[in-house]
Parts: sequence; C-alpha cells; structure tokens
Amino acid sequence: MSEPNRARPAPDAPRRVSPGSVRRAFQPWNEPQARPIVEFRQVVKRFGAVTAVDHVSLALYPREFFALLGASGCGKTTLMRMLAGFETPDAGEILLDGVDITAVPAHLRPVNMMFQSYALFPHLSVADNIAYGLKREGLPRPEIARRVEEMLALVKLEGLGRRKPDQLSGGQRQRVALARSLAKRPKLLLLDEPMAALDRKLREATQFELMDLQSELGTTFMVVTHDQDEAMTMADRMAVMERGRLLQIAPPDLIYEAPANRYVAEFVGDINVFEARIRAVEGELVSADAPLIGAIAFDEEAVRLAAGESVAIGLRPEKIMLSHEEPPQPVNKVRGEIWDIGYLGDMTMVQVMIGGDAGRLLKVSLTNSTRRIARPFAWEDEVWLSWDVEAGLVLPP
Amino acid sequence: MSRSAGAARRVLVAIPYLWLGLFFLLPFAIVLRMALSDAATALPPYAPHFEGPGQLGAFLAALDLENLQLLFADALYWQSYLTSLRIAALTTLSALMIGYPLAYAMAAAPRRWQGLLVLLVILPFWTSFLIRVYAWAGILRPDGLLDAALMGLGLTSEPLRLLNTEAAVLIGMVYSYLPFMVLPLYATLQKLDPSLLEAAADLGATPAAAFRTVTLPLSLPGILAGAALVFIPAIGEFVIPDLLGGPETGMIGKVLWTEFFSNRDWPLASAVAIVLLLVLVLPLALLQRWQMARAGRAGDGP
Amino acid sequence: MRRLGPGLLLALIAGFAFLYLPIVALIAYSFNASRLVTVWGGFSTRWYHALLDNQPLLDAAWLSIRLALVSATLATCLGTLAALALARYGRFRGRTLFSAMVVAPLVMPEVITGLSLLLLFVAADVERGFWTVTIAHATLGLGFACIVVQARLVGFERSLEEAAQDLGATPLVTFATVTLPLIWPSVAAAWMLAFTLSLDDLVIASFTSGPGATTLPMRLYSAVRLGVSPEINAACTIMIAAVAVAVIASSLLLKRQRLAAG
Repeated sequence: MSEPNRARPAPDAPRRVSPGSVRRAFQPWNEPQARPIVEFRQVVKRFGAVTAVDHVSLALYPREFFALLGASGCGKTTLMRMLAGFETPDAGEILLDGVDITAVPAHLRPVNMMFQSYALFPHLSVADNIAYGLKREGLPRPEIARRVEEMLALVKLEGLGRRKPDQLSGGQRQRVALARSLAKRPKLLLLDEPMAALDRKLREATQFELMDLQSELGTTFMVVTHDQDEAMTMADRMAVMERGRLLQIAPPDLIYEAPANRYVAEFVGDINVFEARIRAVEGELVSADAPLIGAIAFDEEAVRLAAGESVAIGLRPEKIMLSHEEPPQPVNKVRGEIWDIGYLGDMTMVQVMIGGDAGRLLKVSLTNSTRRIARPFAWEDEVWLSWDVEAGLVLPP
Repeated sequence: MSRSAGAARRVLVAIPYLWLGLFFLLPFAIVLRMALSDAATALPPYAPHFEGPGQLGAFLAALDLENLQLLFADALYWQSYLTSLRIAALTTLSALMIGYPLAYAMAAAPRRWQGLLVLLVILPFWTSFLIRVYAWAGILRPDGLLDAALMGLGLTSEPLRLLNTEAAVLIGMVYSYLPFMVLPLYATLQKLDPSLLEAAADLGATPAAAFRTVTLPLSLPGILAGAALVFIPAIGEFVIPDLLGGPETGMIGKVLWTEFFSNRDWPLASAVAIVLLLVLVLPLALLQRWQMARAGRAGDGP
Repeated sequence: MRRLGPGLLLALIAGFAFLYLPIVALIAYSFNASRLVTVWGGFSTRWYHALLDNQPLLDAAWLSIRLALVSATLATCLGTLAALALARYGRFRGRTLFSAMVVAPLVMPEVITGLSLLLLFVAADVERGFWTVTIAHATLGLGFACIVVQARLVGFERSLEEAAQDLGATPLVTFATVTLPLIWPSVAAAWMLAFTLSLDDLVIASFTSGPGATTLPMRLYSAVRLGVSPEINAACTIMIAAVAVAVIASSLLLKRQRLAAG
C-alpha cells in the first residue's frame, strides 16, 4: 500500500450511520457523561518475546453485555485474566469504578469469573461450591444458606444443592459455575468461553437465558469467546481482537456491516474480497475497475479515496443477487458459471466461477424462503451476479 | 502477586531447599573430601587433609589421589565394578524378558481384573525387602525347597548348590526389581489404543508383524523407563549379593560395605563411593538426553 | 483384538507364581514344627511363641515403628513443600540444583547415602541414634514423597485455585480449602511410601544408627546371616499379614468412598 497518511478510522468510531441497530435505547458508550465501570488504559502484557496484549485501551459501561471475540491465541483470555487479577500488566493501568486495581490481588477484587472449565471444586457439594465465596466474606450462616437457595433458584437447580459436581450433566455444571460466580453479587462478571463445553442446541437456549439473567441482575458481563454467533447474539457491544490489539469495538451489526478492516470482515461472517483500482470519486459515490469483474461502484464516506488508488473491496455473499437474465444496471454485475451448490436447509451457498475456468470463485448465499421442490439454479448454469452500490465495502488492510 | 505471597513462596522453597542442602549436598562434599584423605587408626579412622576453607592452598598441596589410584591398581576393585555392571545388565535383560509378557498379559486382561493385578504386582513391594531376599535363601539352599522339589520329581539327582553363586544373586535381583519393570511397561501398554492393532491387521500385518511394527516401538518409552528403574539401583545393590552371593560375586556395594564396616578404611570406602557415582552418571545422563530429545520432538508440533 | 489367549494367561500365572513363591514358602515354613525346611514336622505355632519371648526383636520392632512414624511424617511435609515449589513456582533461582537434589536420593545407591550422612554426623560430632536415623530416612523419603505429590499436582487443574482466589480466598485459605483436600490422597500415599521405606531400610540405618538404636531390619539381618531361623519366618509372616490387612482395608475403604460418591 503506497498511499501516504490516509486517515484510518479510530477503532470505536462508527464509520457511517448504522444500518438500523437492534438495541438502540442502550448506548452508554455514545453518551459523554457516562462513567465507565472498567477501563483499560494502554495495557501491555508480554510473555517472553510474545506480546499477548499490545497497548489495549477499552472502556466497559455499567449494565453492558460486552463480548471479546478473537481466534485462539489472540490475547483475549490474557486481557480477561488481567482484569480478574491472575496476570499483572507490564505497562498501563486497569481501573475499576475509577480506581486503579492493577496492584490489587485477585482475592480482593470485586470481580468474579466463570471459568471455561467451570473449575467447580470436585470435593465440595453444589451448595458448598456456591457458598464458597460467601464464606470467605464471613457472612453469617443463615444469610449464606438463604443466598445459596436464591442462587439455586436463579439458575433453576433447586433441590440439587447436595449433589457433587461429578453427579451433574454438563449443562447443570455450567449453571452451578454461573451461580457460584454470581453469588457474591459482583459488579462485573467475567465469562471465559461460557458455552464452549455445551452442545449446539443447549448452547442456543443458554445464550438467551444468560441474556435474560444479565438484564434481570443488571450486572456488567464481559464474555470472551471465539464463537462469533455467540458474541453477536448476546453482546451489546463487541471487540474483535487479533495479535494483542483491538481491531474494532462496536455493536455487532456495525462489526458485520461496517468492518474496520479486512481481518474483521473475514473473521466475522463470510465475505468475497477482491482488489479494485479507483477511477473516480464523486461525493460519496466511488467508481472503480476490478479485474475479472469490470466496472463497479460503491458508496463510501469514512475512508477518503483518490483516483488511481488500489483498494480491497468486500462483498458479503447475501448481498449478491443471482439471475439467469442479464440485469439492467450498467455496473456491479458479472457473468459466471455455477461450480458448486451447498444446500444448508435455511439457505443455499452457491460458488460461482467468474472469468472462465482459470478465474476465481465468488460465494453467493440464497435464502430458501419457500418450500420449492425444483431449484431455480443448477450446476454448470450460466448466471449473472449483481449487487447494489451500498453493498461494496472498502476494507483497509 | 502481592508482596506477602512472594514472601510465603520464598519460605516454601527455602525449607526443603535448606534441608536438602544440609543433609544431601553437604554430606556429599564430605565424602569427596574423605576420598582424598589418608586412612588412620584413630577414631574416626581417617586423617583429613583439609580442615576449613582458610586452608585451601595447603589442602590443594596435600591433595592425594592415592585412594583413587588404588581402585584402579587393585583388581579386586575394578573387577567388582565390572561384576556390578554385568549383573545389573543381566538383571535388566532378564526382568524385561519376564516382565514384558507379564505386563502385556495384564494389559490384555479384562478391565475389571486390571486393578487387582496391579495391586498384586505392588503388594510384595510393601513387604520387607530383606524378608523376600531371605526367603529366596531358604528356597535356594542345598537342602532348600528348590532342590527338594527337583530331586523329588527326579529331574536332578543331586543338589544344584545355587546359593552363594552368581545365579542366585541374579534370581534374587530379578525377583526384587521385577515390579519396577512391570509397572511402567503395563502403564504404556495399557494406554496403547487397540484400534492401532486393528488398523495394522486391516493393512495386512500378521499378529507377529503388528507386534513388531506397532506395539514394540510404541512401548519403547515403557521399556526404557523400566530398564532405568532396574539397572540403576541394581548397580549399587548390597543386600542381595551379601545374602545370596558367594565370595566371588563381589559387587561394588558389598565392597564399599566391607571396606567401611570390616576394614574400617573410611577414605577408601569414600573413594569407592565416588567412583560408583561416576559409573552411575553415564546411564543417567544418557536417559536424561533421550527424554529431552523426546520432549523436544513432542514440543515441535503445532 | 487384544485378548487374553492361553499363552498370555500362562505368562500371567507364571509371573505371579514367581512373585509369590518365596512369600508363600516363608509363610509355610513359619508353621512347620521342624527346624529343617525340607522336613514337614507338622503344623505348629511354636515359633510364634518363641518370638514373643525374643525381647530384643520386639524392642527393635517398636523402635522401627516409631522411627517410621516420625520420619515418614517429616518426609511427607518436606516432600509436599518441595512438590509445591517445583510444580507451582515455575522458575526460581537454583531450581535446577533443587530438582536434582530432590531426585538424587531416588537413584543414589543406599550405601552412598548412608555413608555420606554418617560422615556428616561424625563431622558435626552428633551422637548417633534414633534422631540421626530419622533424619536420614526423612531425607530418603523426601524425594519419593515429592515425586508422588508432584504427579498429582501436575494433573491438578490450576483454574480451581484461581477460582478460589477469584471468590475471595487468600493464598493460604486457597491451599487449605482447595489444594490440600484435593491432593490429600497423594499426600497419604506419599506418607505410606515413606513409612514403608523407613520400615524396610537396612543399609542407611546400619550406617547412621548408633549403639542402642538397632532397627528391626538390622536385627533381622544379623539373625539371617547366621542361617535360617524359623522364628524369623514367624516374624516375617506377621509383617506380611499386617501389610496384607492394611492394603485390603484401604482398598475396601476406597471402594466404599467411591460408592458413596456415586
């Protein structure tokens, strides 16, 4: 990339007006007077030569459900463990309610964590597991007993208090871990891959239960996960992390529809990426030429572009339309041959070869909204692909 | 980590560290010093060349390797080192020959038996070692159980006179160290995935070929662990050669004992100990290197 | 694929026959009225009666038991500390030397351990007896105890301790309420091992003991050197029976615990 000092958008500044968010009412991160509950300021953590967390700054707000998404080894677990007090930052500070807690040992922090392995004490009963943190606080016995019952009811495990962890199913163990970490009524609950050990059906049900529980209790939740569906379902806001850096911090819909860069676009959801050379910029409308495709046009307001520049353009598969007849529009269309059809039930993923046998494949997804017996497209069909001017995304590297 | 945790940590390491420094490292240094001293008829029976760190110069000047030279000059000593190595090697080989089929059979036994079988292998270990060796003396005596049985069956016409021979030492050693060979072998064989043998058979290997090409290479870690657990302590063994061996089976542990208790030559006994340790360092270093190489290879993966 | 065929069954039977032959023979001899091993003089408990009159042997047994109790407890405490240091504290200064010193007594010939400790006690001008043997046995047992406990700590899920701290437990409370209860079986096993090693040791005790502190193996050894004595057979049978009862009782106890746990 040769273009000099092009302004990159700040990771948490929305690139353009949101295409319609789901939870509009709750947006403390956009209110200047809102006080964050947790703040990371330029936090760095190194393990030997590896920088696990690289100058991360992040603010979480009370009652927020925040998800930290990244591939394994990206540093997300280290970031969370620093908040819990199991790792000490090499530089920077971590504030909880405005107080620097960098030097506070784990057992004195008003933060609780649900471990990926659940870390249930195998030698203690379910009730004793839940009571463990309360006993450390020195609460009177009747109060502890009352709180344990309350927690068991909250996670719908009434009557199982006397069982040992190895007498529970995976889903039940997860609930005990959740109850144990919530029993002390922490200001902030950390959840490390909370669904990783559950099977798919149970995972979906649990995701919604966890969201209900969070809004009922009003606790701030921070979830670390590598599963984008989980992050997008549950989070008010999420951050995508790679090699120790936060690439983008935004609500899930913005992450998907307006990714900050190519890595985020490819990590979250499916996307076709190709190179294009800018021909002209007229206000927000940019026209360009792409190899194998031809003339394309797209809206762009956040990234300033100049004629002659090369950029990566992303197209989500569901934004592409498929037809047998040539569409009337002059640009944003290309001919191709169907190479592969993957039927997934709710939708069908079609791979189309453009530019002849040695060209490249583009992914197109079709929603199966009706119960058709005969499918409109077949293997080796000659088809047209087309898309709107708002579909193309400029992806900074 | 908070400051108090750091302090607790230091105390935790310091206690066993100091204990081992005082009762392992320091005695060891004393043995080294003693090996370089002259024997004397006083009590304690030696004349040290080195008293205190202030006399290092004088110590180095007076340093004498007399005792160590004697070990190589007198055939009694170096032959007993060789005898020890030979008997330890034979013990290891025999224990492997007996232990491998036993461990293999244990791993092949029905799962609900396996716990009991392991317990049966360990059980003799919990009974006195001395007693078990002594029991063999009763069996191998000229009028003992073995001869009585063999002659009773008409297999031999006169006593074998096994007691006080190298064969008796070997039997006693294999017997005593067999569990140390069987347990690591069983542990590796038991972990072996039976579907590997099915895969080998599926690809046309006969049971013998499957054993040679799959089971044996995969049980190599167990073989080596077992061999080390048998070979290393066998070299320095004292009780077995003393109770079952004859005058000609002078293993080095017995020589050390005799020099110390009977001849009261403490410096020479110390020199024997130092050389014995040097003999042991070689197999230990080889084992260590092999394990490091294995760990290194395992660590190369993604 | 892997089945216990006739060949393997034979290997199993022959192997266990070899392991148990001397023990069975010993027990049989102890009930033999005749002093000669080849002659069966009828069933008799006369050697057991003779044993009860053998005061030096009984004294030695009592000494050995006290010695084993004290040294095993010392070895287990020190070995557990060493295991925690090695398994938990990653790298600390002198770690290589430390781990070498922990493992060394395991591979060190007993004659050398015994000799070196004796020379230390002579150099320090300590009167030899109960306490010198105790220290020697504790040093020997330390390494074994450390290995046993360390094996358990390696398989120990670290997040359990972190969860305890996360819930407000100080490091010390974490150790008492989570770590210790969970490694307890290995600590008990380590103690048993150290106890047995101490009870069984002849060589190190011979070096480090002084007049008036003769352990049971030392007493047995001098008796055995003089030739076969049916009295010793009786003593051995009692020891074997005690061990067998202890092992069976503990395995039954473990099974009951496992049943109770479901």
